[in-house]
Amino acid sequence: MIQPLPIIAEPSKPRKPRPRLGVFKFASCDGCQLSLLDCEDQLLDVAEKVEIAFFREATRRPLEGTFDVALVEGSISNSEQEAAIRDVRARSRFLVCLGACASHGGIQALRNQSKSEELIRIVYADPSTIELLDQSHPASAYVPVDLELPGCPINKDQLIEVLAWTLAGARPMIHRHALCLECKRRGLVCVLVARGEPCLGPATSTGCGAICMSYDRPCFGCYGPAEKPNASALAARLAELGAAPDAIRRLFQTFYATAPDFQKASRIHDGTRV
Amino acid sequence: MSGGPATGHAVIDKSEIETLIQGLWKSGYTVVGPTIAQSAIVIDEIKSAADLPIGWTDLQEGGSYRLKKRDDQAYFGYAVGPHSWKKYLFPARLTLYTIKKNAAELEIIAPDPAPRYAFLGVRGCDLRAIEVQDRTFLQGAYVDPHYKARREQALVIAVNCAQAASTCFCTSMGTGPRARGGYDLALTEFADRFLVEVGSERGQGVLASLASRPAVQADLVLADNQARATAESMTRTLDVSDMPGLFYENLDHPRWDQVAERCLSCTNCTMVCPTCFCHSVDDVPDLAGETSQRVRVWDSCFNPEFSHVAGGNTRPQIRERYRQWLTHKLASWVDQFGVSGCVGCGRCITWCPVGIDLTEETAAIRGRLEA
Repeated sequence: MIQPLPIIAEPSKPRKPRPRLGVFKFASCDGCQLSLLDCEDQLLDVAEKVEIAFFREATRRPLEGTFDVALVEGSISNSEQEAAIRDVRARSRFLVCLGACASHGGIQALRNQSKSEELIRIVYADPSTIELLDQSHPASAYVPVDLELPGCPINKDQLIEVLAWTLAGARPMIHRHALCLECKRRGLVCVLVARGEPCLGPATSTGCGAICMSYDRPCFGCYGPAEKPNASALAARLAELGAAPDAIRRLFQTFYATAPDFQKASRIHDGTRV
Repeated sequence: MSGGPATGHAVIDKSEIETLIQGLWKSGYTVVGPTIAQSAIVIDEIKSAADLPIGWTDLQEGGSYRLKKRDDQAYFGYAVGPHSWKKYLFPARLTLYTIKKNAAELEIIAPDPAPRYAFLGVRGCDLRAIEVQDRTFLQGAYVDPHYKARREQALVIAVNCAQAASTCFCTSMGTGPRARGGYDLALTEFADRFLVEVGSERGQGVLASLASRPAVQADLVLADNQARATAESMTRTLDVSDMPGLFYENLDHPRWDQVAERCLSCTNCTMVCPTCFCHSVDDVPDLAGETSQRVRVWDSCFNPEFSHVAGGNTRPQIRERYRQWLTHKLASWVDQFGVSGCVGCGRCITWCPVGIDLTEETAAIRGRLEA
């Protein structure tokens, strides 16, 4: 009889216990978890350094025991998840939120601005099967969180950095400055200044490595607000450059709709005649 | 300049620029100069004269930059772009060393040797900017070896500006439009030829490798006229007659609050500034815990993290960060380094996404003082 091969092989020789890593999914698209699998060559180093004790995308191991590091993806969207995140917290020493959903409620937090019952009626043929909290919440609404990695999805290099620092016993340094700093370090030309494109880079956190601008595209804010951004002044500038109020609202209300700075910027035209 | 014999000068045909570029590469230089990329004239490696922005110019104003076709085939018919030469002398990201964990000890591995650059197309303002950064990195007890290695090897070929952008104000800062020393060779571009001025023995050697002919008095007169016309066409000014006192006496001016409403604190002005030198050092360990790189990266006083200290942030508000930058640039830089930190290139005006103009902000603060 052929035994199914585990995707990540357990080492055959006995060894000293390694830190236990758990990867947990809540309301999300799985993209952030996949960033871990996407580490490819480095994934082998990860598997060497830590025991991947729970990771449904990669192993069949059941949920048991405690974790040195818990990576949490997704927002808390129903009562079952509310209980589950408390359970993960209780089992884990260091809890890291991966991405916009776990830290800010994600794209599904767009429903926070509407009545959930109405949305369920529009989307589902039989709404009676859907059990939903009123809003899509970040993990931090229920449990203390040790670190939040920004992005939709996260940057795998930042994830590796977090693991490397944590394994070394140091607190990871996740920069939250404006993306423009990274763009300029890379020598990329500003698409806002040189082409008048509506770029959110001046108000958006670094972390992605300025991917979009390296392909001549403006930033659409998928890493959320930088530390203390002046997002409203940026919104005003985008309007001067000809962006329509609705386009500006949508730009600031996609990935990080619940972030107060982006909410405020999205409303600069409210109550004014345009 | 006029009246005397044209010694230290020569004339080359435009086609000799290709000979120059090829010769420099053959001599072991990495040739960097202006080229078009991503809708702008940037500074990058130049493999041949065809890489130069021949026939292009730039239209600049606060928060806006556009490329435009010229009616002629000028090689250097533009002002300055988003890059400056600090890109090479003070790289945005530089591995200072790598630490490797061996059985018994930590091994420190030095970075690769610094490249030997030839800079082609350095403007008067940027020559001064290099001199200003020399004071930061080469003077005093702590000389930066990385900057020093790049700086000493670099060959500098200047170009005198034949036109000014609307954001230029080098005449106010006394840095241009004509190169005033600090170069190996300086070029003045005419329709069919370049006037070459020799600034060093090394420059003389490079000139000797080109097909040149003696310059005549008319060439020098033409160059003088071009420089005068460029200076006269400059529309922007910055009055620095009362620095550093002006800013020291106005730390609580209401204008700082007004500019803070517009300022995005996005760091762009400091990144494009050819004299801004702030940086951070990051450790980048590998996952295996075997090696770690110590990396120096450009940082900025507009980055809140830059002023994080134990117990809080010394400049938590944008108002304080903008005031810090402008006061340092125009006032305390003079106390610190004996020269203004501003060279009048206007990059911070053009590349500010919201078009904040330091000449306007300074004038506004002075207006209050005079009232």
